[in-house]
Amino acid sequence: MGSGTSTQHHFAFQNAERAFKAAALIQRWYRRYVARLEMRRRCTWNIFQSIEYAGQQDQVKLHDFFSYLMDHFTPSSHNERDFLTRIFTEERFAQDSQMEKCSDYESIEVPDSYRGPHLSFPLLPDHATALVEAFRLKQQLHARYVLNLLYETKKHLVQLPNINRVSTCYSEEITVCGDLHGQLDDLIFIFYKNGLPSPERSYVFNGDFVDRGKDSVEILMILFAFMLVYPKEFHLNRGNHEDHMVNLRYGFTKEVMSKYKIHGKEILRTLKDVFCWLPLATLIDEKVLILHGGVSDITDLELLDKIERCKIVSIMRCKTRQKSENQMEEQRIANQKSSAQGPIPWFLPQSRSLPSSPLRLGPYKAHKSSRSSSIPSGGSLDGRELSQRVRSSVELELERCRQQAGLLVTEEKEEPSCSASETDSDTGELRKPTQEEWRQVVDILWSDPMAQEGCKANTIRGGGCYFGPDVTEQLLQKYKLQFLIRSHECKPEGYEFCHNRKVLTIFSASNYYEVGSNRGAYVKLGPALTPHIVQYQANKVTHTLTMRQRISRVEESALRALREKLFAHSSNLLIEFKKHDVDKVGLITLSDWAAVVESVLHLGLPWRMLRPQLVNSSADNMLEYKSWLKNLAEEQLSRENIQSSLLETLYRNRSNLETIFRIIDSDHSGFISLDELRQTWKLFSSHMNIDVTDDCICDLARSIDFNKDGNIDINEFLEAFRLVEKTCPEGDASECPQATNAEDSGCSSPGTC
Amino acid sequence: MADEKDREETAVAEFHKKIKEAFEVFDHESNNTVDVREIGTIIRSLGCCPSEGELHDLIAEVFTPGSEGTPHLHVPADAIEIVQIHSDSQSFLEEEEPTGYIRFEKFLPVMTEILLERRYRPIPEDVLLRAFEVLDTAKRGFLTKDELIKYMTEEGEPFSQEEMEEMLSAAIDPESNSINYKDYISMMVIDEN
Repeated sequence: MGSGTSTQHHFAFQNAERAFKAAALIQRWYRRYVARLEMRRRCTWNIFQSIEYAGQQDQVKLHDFFSYLMDHFTPSSHNERDFLTRIFTEERFAQDSQMEKCSDYESIEVPDSYRGPHLSFPLLPDHATALVEAFRLKQQLHARYVLNLLYETKKHLVQLPNINRVSTCYSEEITVCGDLHGQLDDLIFIFYKNGLPSPERSYVFNGDFVDRGKDSVEILMILFAFMLVYPKEFHLNRGNHEDHMVNLRYGFTKEVMSKYKIHGKEILRTLKDVFCWLPLATLIDEKVLILHGGVSDITDLELLDKIERCKIVSIMRCKTRQKSENQMEEQRIANQKSSAQGPIPWFLPQSRSLPSSPLRLGPYKAHKSSRSSSIPSGGSLDGRELSQRVRSSVELELERCRQQAGLLVTEEKEEPSCSASETDSDTGELRKPTQEEWRQVVDILWSDPMAQEGCKANTIRGGGCYFGPDVTEQLLQKYKLQFLIRSHECKPEGYEFCHNRKVLTIFSASNYYEVGSNRGAYVKLGPALTPHIVQYQANKVTHTLTMRQRISRVEESALRALREKLFAHSSNLLIEFKKHDVDKVGLITLSDWAAVVESVLHLGLPWRMLRPQLVNSSADNMLEYKSWLKNLAEEQLSRENIQSSLLETLYRNRSNLETIFRIIDSDHSGFISLDELRQTWKLFSSHMNIDVTDDCICDLARSIDFNKDGNIDINEFLEAFRLVEKTCPEGDASECPQATNAEDSGCSSPGTC
Repeated sequence: MADEKDREETAVAEFHKKIKEAFEVFDHESNNTVDVREIGTIIRSLGCCPSEGELHDLIAEVFTPGSEGTPHLHVPADAIEIVQIHSDSQSFLEEEEPTGYIRFEKFLPVMTEILLERRYRPIPEDVLLRAFEVLDTAKRGFLTKDELIKYMTEEGEPFSQEEMEEMLSAAIDPESNSINYKDYISMMVIDEN
């Protein structure tokens, strides 16, 4: 009708409808925006994880390198022989007797000028609290107190069983924390939010206290102090990073040496002992098992209870009892079976995943053949030869590995404190762990859960296994447990349940990859042992950023790392790109780009999603790959006169090189000689089939030897090519980014280094 | 004609790769399934902009409800309380949500067709601007915080509290307590690229 009211209604209705539609449109648009952010966040996370795991595989290659050396290298000169000897025998320290080392701290004087915390023993709760406060104020504990504390810690640890049994009836609740990795801020935050340890407040710290972060020493001091003060309520489990060989690679050794220039060596040596005396697991009310990595299908808690845990010093050093001939034969068979997959480093178990066979749940003995170790890589050999090599090189390998550490005396004196607590009647010889004992421990410290059923070798980590929900279930039932708490893996939310909520991963290092990358968490277990999880992120900055800003920051960091990785494989990428550029016009499709990048880098990343951020310009869906590679190279800061290919090679092998250098630098001085550098490089490059001349490396090294005394500062060497802005001379039309022009220094001229 | 067919085949092949990649990002268990609650993110990041209603219809086409496989994101409310500290949202409890998963084999053909037909196209900037202008009845060039909240949580396909808070954190100018929507759109668009 024509009345005013209905027209008004009509308008009103129309307006309402328009508003409704407008709102719906805005919401629709916004949700898409958020979804894209979420996808970016996920991709970023994948980047960090895959780079981290790819780095861990390096460790495996490093081990192969040492095997290779022994198998293939024949020193051709006096110098080289000397050098090899130096790598493989340890540097004796001035002081002879290792035994007295332990109580040597008394001779260390604390100067009056020292402003840090003072400790006296027996330790009181106030001391521990004072430590936390002192470290919060960025003070450093004097070496004397460090050593004293370590000495007392070891005395305490020696009395503890392998599996700590804890009861909740003595305290109201127990708080379990995961990896801290040297991030003191997170520890302080936990104590701030949850309260300091006390007789009413129990704590379990589940390993990986050190490496990567910058305050590993301080964390150890706090944790050990509280453990001494509240021995019944404060518990520590060993993690895979409580291992001096791993520390060489991931930063803890470096941190100690830089904070304690005079006494660092001694501290490291003592720590090596302390680490292998850490308990392996904690059991709460006989119901909740807490351990660092995970379990395997052969995990045997009774066996674990009985072994001498101090014998298992490091994952890179497996000193086990002589193998029987039988085992060697089984090994050979197993090796032949697996040869199709390619050689697996010797300390890894073979793949154990069988298609739904009941056998895999059988007792250990049934698994022996499939769990024996494999051979070091180093060329194609047939089965028989393999077994012979295995026989000889395994023993050599073991011996060599042990000596590589350069931190221990020879076998007779080894771990004297260990033998003090055992009674070995037979020969008086120190008992070594059996292969099985060693495996049990490695499984506990290195394994990860997986979604699929079964149990297979953890090839990414290079130790332990992947265990499925059936393995968890089997273990829980066997020992009548409720659930498992473990750590070892970073999770975006700081925690994650899996295996039907029977396994809880708890990770306490927030911002692990990058500021804003993830939360940390800890879990409190009440009287009914129900888990109550608290998350946090120990950085106020991220708190004030919007989600978008947070994601951008982390993303940029991940992309930078990824671009560096891409650069490190420039040569191979170029070769593969060319294969797709059939007409040789210098262009490939973006689809081909994605395929090539994955085939070279093997990171399993969603390259098509990442492409917009990695490839700047592409006309018509085609990419000029040469200029793209060149841009990658230019982004990496480097010194002048370094061949791009050399740079690339150094990047690719950086962590391994660093580890080797630190092993060579057996007295941890931070320096190696020019000659050693050259030798190392020569050996390394021949093994890795790296095609860069020794002279190039030499020149590089010489340019870094600032004071010209023939010694290279390891840190400087590793970081030098990152420091200086590269002024890239324009290449000519030649193909490779490594085009050198006439001014490039004497890589073509044979020089003596 | 043959040429066009070739082109379509190549396009389909490319779509398949893209879809697979996006899917795998959320396939945590590497068993070609994703949790149903992530499928919206996947579809949207492949360039589509469906409404919630359209999304639900889509999911119905590919959804497998239930008890097989255990999406480990699902946590019953009674057993766990998550307290977030140092974060802008206050404590929340995980709610019971329908569980289930999407299999890749089912998802792929449906998604491929969506891409081929160019359905659920993203919203152009000017259309978005006009939508804001509709809500800005007084034509001031901005919306107050309260107005934005009212519209976003009461009209259309309402935001959850979390969504609302997140939008506010980036959109609202704390001094004026309002959103200048033109600037906001420009900022978001730059960020996208």
